[in-house]
Amino acid sequence: MSKAFSASRAVTALMLAGLLLLPLYSQLSGNLFILTLFTRIVILALAAASLNLIMGYGGMTSFGHAAYLGIGGYAVGILAQEGIGSGFVQWPVALAASAIYALVIGALSLRTRGVYFIMITLAFAQMAYYVASGLARYGGDDGLTVYKRSAFAGLVDLSNRVQFYYLCLACLLGVIALIWRIVNSRFGLVVQGLRSNEQRMQAIGFPAGRYRLVCFVISGTMCGLAGALLANNTDFVSPAVMYWTRSGDLMVMVILGGMGTLFGPVIGAVVYLVLEELLSQVTEYWALIMGPLLLVIVLFGRGGIMGLLGRLDRG
Amino acid sequence: MLLVVEQFLNGLQFGLLLFLLAAGLTLVFGIMDLVNLAHGSLYMMGAYFAATFAAWTGSFLLGALLALGATLLLGIVLEVTALRPLYGRDHLDHVLATFGLILFFNEAVRLIWGPAGLALPLPAWLTVPVPILSGIYYPAYRLAIIAVALVVALLLYVGVMRTRIGMLIRAGASNREMIGALGINIKLLYTLVFGLGAALAGLAGLMQAPILTVQIGMGENILILAFVIIVIGGIGSIRGAFLAAIFVGMIDTMGRAFLPNLLRQVLSSTAASTAAPALSSMLIYLLMAIVLVVRPEGLFPANRR
Repeated sequence: MSKAFSASRAVTALMLAGLLLLPLYSQLSGNLFILTLFTRIVILALAAASLNLIMGYGGMTSFGHAAYLGIGGYAVGILAQEGIGSGFVQWPVALAASAIYALVIGALSLRTRGVYFIMITLAFAQMAYYVASGLARYGGDDGLTVYKRSAFAGLVDLSNRVQFYYLCLACLLGVIALIWRIVNSRFGLVVQGLRSNEQRMQAIGFPAGRYRLVCFVISGTMCGLAGALLANNTDFVSPAVMYWTRSGDLMVMVILGGMGTLFGPVIGAVVYLVLEELLSQVTEYWALIMGPLLLVIVLFGRGGIMGLLGRLDRG
Repeated sequence: MLLVVEQFLNGLQFGLLLFLLAAGLTLVFGIMDLVNLAHGSLYMMGAYFAATFAAWTGSFLLGALLALGATLLLGIVLEVTALRPLYGRDHLDHVLATFGLILFFNEAVRLIWGPAGLALPLPAWLTVPVPILSGIYYPAYRLAIIAVALVVALLLYVGVMRTRIGMLIRAGASNREMIGALGINIKLLYTLVFGLGAALAGLAGLMQAPILTVQIGMGENILILAFVIIVIGGIGSIRGAFLAAIFVGMIDTMGRAFLPNLLRQVLSSTAASTAAPALSSMLIYLLMAIVLVVRPEGLFPANRR
């Protein structure tokens, strides 16, 4: 942070500039697909950033983060189905529902540590998946089509690709700014302290459980926003968005980019999803390459891309 | 009455199957401190191997036996090549690396066997209904699963509690460095334990194969149930895994069978038929939540001294 110029900062700035100018490129080249792809990337980057708040800064490895994508998405989808099309209603409900779910799940699973926590968050997310599959009124297994995107009284038109893309990007940057404020606040320092040494923090007199739980709820709420965006992006929400491999994808993005760094998850999401797209164009069996690649990244790439850039800076 | 007995046996059979899976998982975690998400892939591979070998040899038993050997071998190869570098690393690394392995296995299966599922037909002598009580018949194959799983559970218990290897395994679970320092070849022990866990998962997979179809991703849902069992039973505890597995198998099966009717007594029939599927799939997670509230370390934690 002391140096004005560093490789990680340069890459971050470059990436942000690229994300900002992408619609321009898409319009000029007529490549509409890239805008669709990157809208999805930006939304999932938002989800990854929210996961990073608890996983990277808080040391809480949640393997069930995709549940919020589904909860946010279903809040939008169900309200739209019932005739409430206003985003001013849909989105707060999506956030509130995610927050409540996070509060309940967090209160239960934060009683445990380590592997238990990983397994329990996974199991609860799977429960959410099965519940969504059982919602016969809202499509069950087949999912729910969102016929009309959230309406914001003419302020933004979500059906306009460029406007929607910028809305997603604004949400992403807003959430990152918020995470930055949280991480550097007193609250954020306590949470990070708990990651390093819980006993010591408790001895100083901080109630560990409550701090963790609040952090967990904030993260879940942020991810619920990503869920609401995702449902609007695909005009569809199904139990599949909560499937546990999606939670795994989010974890991979965070770790690939660099855990506990502000922009790491965004870089991770861009690299992971672009790589997935490129590999799937080369071969139908892209996961055959992606799987072992993950293993290699875990074995040799400590600290993710941000960590690599950091080592580059130190020479 | 008929339905109750039948569902009770179904629950027992499912629970025992879950135990085979959970036992391997809990052994590997308890002894090697390795979180192996790819355990479900080994379950899947067991089923695919069995379907292939059975078609090949024309005999169900021979196919199953070959499949068991193949999964054991696959487990050993996997341990030596991919997992060894992961020991002593953070659990998060394990989760990611084995998540990568799942992607790999699913894709490899799609490449080799194709995206459509396989069927593993049963030989005629296993499809006959067997009378168990007066007037109550139960499929022979499901009884066979119960018998095999019980025998394996017993062998596992005797093996772990009464033999020298079992003693080393238990010693490894409680203090890894110490048994290494005492001159035990810990690497070999790890490979052995992992192979055993793989064979158990393969056995569960190949026994389940004739009941369900053999398909990609079949190991993933059941793996999560195995996680729930380990959380309930306490990590590293075989006894805990056994009791929790039976419990979960029973509750899941009974819930699915009887909850809709039970709900119909209190709710209107449309409300009941909407709520029942969602609620019955939630049951075991609710059970897990209750266990967590009461005893966060599980019902039978392994290293309670």
